[in-house]
Amino acid sequence: MSDITKQSLTELVENIENKKLSSTDVTKAFIDRSEKSEKLNAYITNDFTSALDKAKKFDQKPNFDLKLPGIPMAVKDLFCTKNIKTTAGSKILNNFIPTYESTVTENIWNEGAILLGKLNCDEFAMGSSNETSFFGNVQSPIDKNLVPGGSSGGSASAVAGQLTPVTIGTDTGGSIRQPASFTGIVGLKPTYGSCSRYGIVAFASSLDQAGPMAQNVKDCALLHEVISSYDPKDSTSIDFKRKHYSKELTNNIKGKKIGIPKEYRVDGMPKEIEDLWQKGIQYIKDCGAETIDISLPNTSYALPTYYIVAPAEASSNLARYDGVKYGFRAKGENLIDMYERTRSEGFGAEVQRRIMIGTYVLSSGYYDAYYLKAQKVRKLIKNDFDEAYKKVDAILTPSTPSSAFKIGEKTNDPVSMYLNDIFTVPVNLAGLPGISIPAGHDSKGYPLGLQIIGKAFDEQNILNIAYAMEEKINFKNKITDWWIK
Amino acid sequence: MSIDLKTIKHISKLARISVDEQRAEKLAGDLNSIFDFIEKLNELKTDNIEPLTSIAETTLKLRSDEVKSKNIREQIIKNSPQDNEDYFVVPKVIE
Repeated sequence: MSDITKQSLTELVENIENKKLSSTDVTKAFIDRSEKSEKLNAYITNDFTSALDKAKKFDQKPNFDLKLPGIPMAVKDLFCTKNIKTTAGSKILNNFIPTYESTVTENIWNEGAILLGKLNCDEFAMGSSNETSFFGNVQSPIDKNLVPGGSSGGSASAVAGQLTPVTIGTDTGGSIRQPASFTGIVGLKPTYGSCSRYGIVAFASSLDQAGPMAQNVKDCALLHEVISSYDPKDSTSIDFKRKHYSKELTNNIKGKKIGIPKEYRVDGMPKEIEDLWQKGIQYIKDCGAETIDISLPNTSYALPTYYIVAPAEASSNLARYDGVKYGFRAKGENLIDMYERTRSEGFGAEVQRRIMIGTYVLSSGYYDAYYLKAQKVRKLIKNDFDEAYKKVDAILTPSTPSSAFKIGEKTNDPVSMYLNDIFTVPVNLAGLPGISIPAGHDSKGYPLGLQIIGKAFDEQNILNIAYAMEEKINFKNKITDWWIK
Repeated sequence: MSIDLKTIKHISKLARISVDEQRAEKLAGDLNSIFDFIEKLNELKTDNIEPLTSIAETTLKLRSDEVKSKNIREQIIKNSPQDNEDYFVVPKVIE
């Protein structure tokens, strides 16, 4: 079967359960394709040899009751994997071997999946184009020299390029949804507290969430069902009854009320994005749901708020990288000099920039003016959503204000890079779930995504809406295998 | 508002990241453009707004303080940048 890597997760699971394919067949196919895809630079570390061993072991004693029976899977290199190097895309962690496993990856392996390797990402997940990784740019399978988005760029590239059937990324301000949109795949950022943050390299703890990235909504629902769990090891993990998201998936969304927020019609937004949004509204109506114009008045303040809150939390989280206990260490004349040189040589430019912003807004004399102000505006942004959800069940917006851009196009202007996340950041600030689904192409043939935002813990509802829309949209990703000779 | 080189030096000291002159100038430029963008928040009146300190509206759970990971010293020390079986080694701090 030469088309194994083209199959969806759901198809692969079925074929393994029906013994039409073995775990070894599937694992081999994804390893072969990953080896031919070095040009994409999607992997930082591969674990192919032991993946094959694990697949053979699975086939000798298969357990088809598991949700991911013998399914190979690569994951973002922000998840700690026991005894396997975990770098967070940074020089400062380039030799770090965790002694523990993140809860979400443990959930995945417990359901029978097999680790293929660790996927490239922006350094400490800080970036929107995968250009800040110490391990180099990731190429998009959509076109040569095109960014896959970020920070889960390696993850997006690997799913769209069929190097892994599905994957998990993390989303602090859009890091799952924006790359999913750029590469024509589905990406879900779950409700804050739905997936454990234990064992995920921390960026901004009040915003970070892990989530699934897949070729279609059903696969996404299945993987979400596996990773979402209550975890006492994460004090912000919420103990609520999780659903069988994939089993309960339905395309019947008749009578649902979907809000269309006027503030997302931003200045300078390309007509293609507006047209896509209008098409999305039509699809919603075709599905028997109703659209309602709503207002989220503080939307334009979300990005400035995010660029205070996220760097503030990052500056505190990243204080642990001091060259003492693990990771890279530079030589210094004394202890302080060693710290300062280690952090100067070990962190890349974007990470240093954000630590500096965070340190400044938390420093004496500026805390009230910036950090406290941002927390208050964050409250206003959350109130906007609370108010809107009195009238609607979910909200439809574009995922990004443009399609993917070329490598190097925005690296010299941090603010223009940050504007990529204008539609995704409010969701993180309010702790809500959001899903990006591929919905069309621009004039260059690059994918464009639509975002559905839900109420807290209402993942099933946005998955259902996404599922119904997916059927109407009938999106086909244009993957030419340009990187394979 | 403008962030000058002196401020950059001060922040870099607080953040324990050494920056040379060239980088300090680049950082000052970047931070100024980022803060220009952040200043937009001043348009909003927020005097009577409660700050949002936690998105999860639940109280933190308590648990008993038990040791769960045992005998992992060797593994932990292995990640230390400077080899030593028993301790983390740092440059001399006492003259």
